[in-house]
Formats: sequence, C-alpha cells, structure tokens
Amino acid sequence: MIPVAFDYKKASSVEDALAALAEGGEDAKLMGGGQSLVPVLRLRLNAPSVVVDCSSIPELKGIKDEGGKIVIGAGTTHHAVMNDPAVKSSLKVLADATASVADPQIRHRGTLGGALAHSDPRADQPPVALALDAEFTIAGATGQRCVAAADFFQGPFETAVGPDEILVSIAFPKLDGWGGHYEKFNRAAQAWSIIGVAAAVRMEGGKIAEARIGLTNVGGTPHRASAVEQALVGASSIAEVEAASMYASDNLSPFADEDADVDYRLHLARVLTARSVAKAAGIS
Amino acid sequence: MQHIKVTVDGTTYQKEVEPRTLLVHFLREDLGRVGTVVGCDTSNCGACTVLVDGVSLKSCSMLAVQADGSEITTIQGVSDGNDWHPVQSAFKECHGLQCGYCTPGMVISSIDLLNENPNPTEAEIREGLEGNLCRCTGYHNIVKSVQRAAELMEGAKS
Repeated sequence: MIPVAFDYKKASSVEDALAALAEGGEDAKLMGGGQSLVPVLRLRLNAPSVVVDCSSIPELKGIKDEGGKIVIGAGTTHHAVMNDPAVKSSLKVLADATASVADPQIRHRGTLGGALAHSDPRADQPPVALALDAEFTIAGATGQRCVAAADFFQGPFETAVGPDEILVSIAFPKLDGWGGHYEKFNRAAQAWSIIGVAAAVRMEGGKIAEARIGLTNVGGTPHRASAVEQALVGASSIAEVEAASMYASDNLSPFADEDADVDYRLHLARVLTARSVAKAAGIS
Repeated sequence: MQHIKVTVDGTTYQKEVEPRTLLVHFLREDLGRVGTVVGCDTSNCGACTVLVDGVSLKSCSMLAVQADGSEITTIQGVSDGNDWHPVQSAFKECHGLQCGYCTPGMVISSIDLLNENPNPTEAEIREGLEGNLCRCTGYHNIVKSVQRAAELMEGAKS
C-alpha cells in the first residue's frame, strides 16, 4: 500500500531534529532506518503529519570504545554493530542478537537505536540491553539525560523517550572475558522470535561466577531473569544449568498468539534459557 | 514535493517526488525501470531488493526521498551491457529460477552476499539469502547458482 501523505524533514543534526519535532507537534514521527516505520506507514497503522528523518545525522552514527564501556550511536546500523570488532570481542551477546535481526537487507538499513526506541515486544536487542544494564542517552529541549535499561522499556512500543526527545546513544559495559550467546526460536526465516534468550556468562575455574539473562517476547517488555542469574552461580554441569533455568518462567505473563500459547511460551523460556546459558558458558 | 537527484544503473535523474513515494514505486513508475518488482508489499519477500550505495536494501522499505544523492543498482544495471554479470550467468546455468518473480531480488542479494563473502558455505548462502523468498520454493538450485557464481567470480579474478 501507499502511505498517507506526510511532510518530510531531513534532519542534519540532533538539534535540527529536536526543532523539527517541536515544530511538528504531537503528530511528528522520528525515522531512523525506517525498517519498522516504513512498513507501519505502508499499512497505514500510523499517519504522522511529518516524518523527521534522522538517518543522515553524523553524530548519531558510530561505535566508540570508551575504556570500560562501548558507546553505540543510536543511528548505527545493525550491520555495523554486528561486524564491529569491539562489539564482537566485548559484547558477543549483542553481536549474536543483532546478527539474528530480520535479514541482511533490513540489517543494512535498520538501526540499533531505532529498534530499541521502537521497543517491539518481540525484538532481539531489548533483552540484551536490559540484561547488560545498558545506559540510554536521550536528548531533549533542555539537554541530555541518561536512563538505565531497567527504566527504559515501559511497555509494548513504549519507552522512556518522550515524544519531543531523541535517543542519541546506548552505552554497554564491556564484558571482556565473558561468554555470550543469543538463542532464538522462530518458525521461519526472518520471523520474529517466539522466544529469544540473551545470555552472558563469566566463568571462573570451570564454574559460572556471574550470569546476565534477558528474555524477549514473554510480555510487553523484555524480562530480566534475575532468579536464574542467582541460581546459576556455581553451576558447572548441564544438569545444574537446566535446574537453574527452571526459574526462567517465574513471574512471566506472556501473550498467546498464533505461534504459541502461554504454556508453550513458558516451556520455551525454560528450555531456551538453559540452551543459551550452556552455549555462552561452553558447558555441554 | 521534494527534489531528489539519484543515479540509477549509471544514469542520473533529477525528479520531484512526494515524500510518501516508496523507492520501488519511484523506480518503476517515475523512471520506468520495471525490472525491480513488488512482491509482498510487507518487507518480507525481498523481490524488490536493489543495491543502494553498494549494499542491498528492500526498495519497498525505503522512501524515494531518502535515496537523494545515492547511487542505485537494479537488476537492469548489473550487466555491463554486453556480458551478463557472473551471478546472472550462474542462475541461467544452474536453472536458479522457476517462475522468475523473485529472481531480480535473488540476483541482487547474491551479488551483495558474494561482495561480502566471496567464498560462502552452503549454510552461509542460505542465511545470506534469508531476506529473499521464492514461492516456487526453488531454493536448491538458487543455492547451487550462488555456489557456481562464486566459482565464476573467483575464476575471473585469476
């Protein structure tokens, strides 16, 4: 289909985009790579009066290694994130999850910040950001503010980014020496995750010393499996990993849909958590 | 209307477009380059894949205004005018198509895949073409075509 007509403003800087948002009012919509927004416009699920295109703002692009953390510009494409040497070595779980997003064409154009700000409950990178305690830098009329991942995801397609604000960058604490894995279960090529589990694990003497676990598509927002993280400490066998992963379905309220009913999703949450952790830890 | 300047298959065009015009509609309806087809209109099938500044994109999922200043290669621009692109030759040789509707996108995605990974494994080919659907389900020969294209391109280098 053809989208409803809108005005188009190509922003050249964050300030420029903020001004365009302020001018456009409530019906203005930011566009990153457009890989979620263009389909939404095409299906006429949304009809903004003005689209503010952020895809050419230089300050939103790029990946910086800042010592203890890696700071990724919100407008950095999935393709750039998954192929970045620093991301691959210090944030393997993010590289894995990003490589599983959609397909190559969409990863060429879609952006990390766009996907996180869109906050689709089925998306692959929000559970990584949540599990890794990423920090989100958001720009608004009064300057920049920093939001923790735990406060960022507020509901399906809802985040801490206000209608007159822009997500500028996401900082991930480096996990050097940690194992990482993203275990995704879906029915067909390029389909959304029915369940996805992000796991990062630090081993010490053959045992799990620390773990970070995030799940996607188990509710309206990504889920941090804190009980599993605690239960995993000291685990060294697959049986111990599987036992700890039984907590993965605690406090979950997943949706039922054509892919899976609630019980099946809870089952997948437990099974895939164990698989993801085992792969991240190198335990078989 | 917005003024854009794009180079498509070696020819530069300056046009006025509505912001809501999708790149694929611009290519087909404004420029008459109908080699690029609309398959699903839902960002799934990849039949509309083109190269924008050298990388594969779904032209149904990009606005024409966003292509301002870009260099675009469609299926109609991959041959040099005399000889086919090795990927085209390989698709013919290995019969990498049945009805042919997905072929423009398959060829473009295969070119992009081989640019990034000149010697892919079968699994890498299948993953690399994840964004392209063949509703005849003729994937087997498509994979063989990409393997053959890799050989042809390797041979052309030596």
